[in-house]
Amino acid sequence: MDRMYDFVIDFFWILVYTFRDVLPILVLIIFFQLVILKQPIPHLKKVLLGGVYVVFGLALFLMGLEKALFPIGKIMATQLSDPSFIEASGNVLTDWTSYYWIYIFAALIGFSTTIAEPSLIAVAIKAGEVSAGTISAWGLRITVAVGVAFALALGTFRIVTGTPLFVYIMAGYLVVIVQTIFAPKKLIAIAYDSGGVTTSTVTVPLVAALGLGLSNAVPGRNPAIDGFGLIAFASLFPIITVLGYAQFMALKTRVFKLKIEKDAV
Amino acid sequence: MKYRAYILDVSKKLWAAVTDLVPIIVVVVFFQIVVIQQPFPQIGEVIVGILFVIIGLMLFIEGLEIGLFPIGEAMAYALAKKGSLLWLMIFSFALGFSTTVAEPALIAVAKEASVISSDAGLISNDHKTMKGYALGLRLAVAFSVGLAIVIGVLRILKGWPLYYLIIGGYVLVMLMTSIAPKEIIGLAYDAGGVTTSTITVPLVTALGVGLATVIKGRSPLLDGFGLIAFASLLPMVFVMAYGLFWF
Repeated sequence: MDRMYDFVIDFFWILVYTFRDVLPILVLIIFFQLVILKQPIPHLKKVLLGGVYVVFGLALFLMGLEKALFPIGKIMATQLSDPSFIEASGNVLTDWTSYYWIYIFAALIGFSTTIAEPSLIAVAIKAGEVSAGTISAWGLRITVAVGVAFALALGTFRIVTGTPLFVYIMAGYLVVIVQTIFAPKKLIAIAYDSGGVTTSTVTVPLVAALGLGLSNAVPGRNPAIDGFGLIAFASLFPIITVLGYAQFMALKTRVFKLKIEKDAV
Repeated sequence: MKYRAYILDVSKKLWAAVTDLVPIIVVVVFFQIVVIQQPFPQIGEVIVGILFVIIGLMLFIEGLEIGLFPIGEAMAYALAKKGSLLWLMIFSFALGFSTTVAEPALIAVAKEASVISSDAGLISNDHKTMKGYALGLRLAVAFSVGLAIVIGVLRILKGWPLYYLIIGGYVLVMLMTSIAPKEIIGLAYDAGGVTTSTITVPLVTALGVGLATVIKGRSPLLDGFGLIAFASLLPMVFVMAYGLFWF
């Protein structure tokens, strides 16, 4: 009974916090509708219901994450980066190859949390709508998730080796710039956007725990300097994978066309 | 009959939410059992939590489609119809600024930044200076997100190609990196990713796509997206500039 009570109290506070986050948007929209636009909102009742769904849904989502996933995820991140776990299988702490479970964990957790990221779902739905189905929402989400998986594996490798963050980011930017020149223009805007949406509610808390635990465990790393950067990686690499996917599809269509022309001759 | 269709609809949406979460559950179970080799702590609470996540995600997505997307688009149409550039700019700035300044992730990052900076001896160690530093950082980031949405909306109106602006932004980030204090760089890079919250993203996306749909000569696919990209790029520049300004 006590635990039931705790649940209700917790949910109440998360609901209050979620509402507080929505409040500025609410004030802004009401102010503009009443004072500047002076127009009624179409389907007001439905929109309001949608707003209630969003606040309640997000509060339930966060509450569930905090009860179920974050504690386990954080314990896992600390346990996997615990020196005694790494040394248990006869590995040396100073060798970067000893941390293979960390890289695998980072990649898998990056992929799976990105699939469940609500902001990415929103952008993918919109992209599917706008492109009249030529961009599949699932295809986009999986491509982005692969990017995050790669980003986190590389990001944890960087923390272990202690190589400077900016070198990786600069190299990533160069790749994006070169890809932008060659990629089909249609997908560029969505690719850029997919970088910013990957890291929010689900991914950030788990990734932060991983970065902090790892920079504490590896000898010679300073959590204040080396613990950062995973989120930056996760916002950069999806751009590369989405652009890469667009290039691949364009190439495939071109080869297909060539083949048809050849057959015709 | 209507009732049955309703149940079918809800169960379909629930199933979609379940598939979204299957990967996380598989990964967590795999690591707990195979790698860490320990039983699950508080299994009951975990199962209840997962049910919450599934129902929450389903409600959120439903709310997105009937609430957030329509309101974002309705605002875009109404503002475009009003034809006042000034009000559109004010709305864009306020949307970016107000949703970012109170963002919990940003508050946490700003606080951490003040600790790092005082540990590194860049700012003095007293409570008041650190608090002022954290608040200033939050305002700088919120301002940069507001400005980012304004630039992004202007781009949609004028039809400037997105990649020029983004690549220009990258060059700016690279230049700032070479002169910014090295303690702030990691933080600045991360700041870009944490600023865009779960409620802001759908609204901003709907605003962009809505504007690109009503304005003649703009394609929703080419021009409607890109606002989020600005909102994750500009904070990096501003956080590094803030670091330079203080030290």
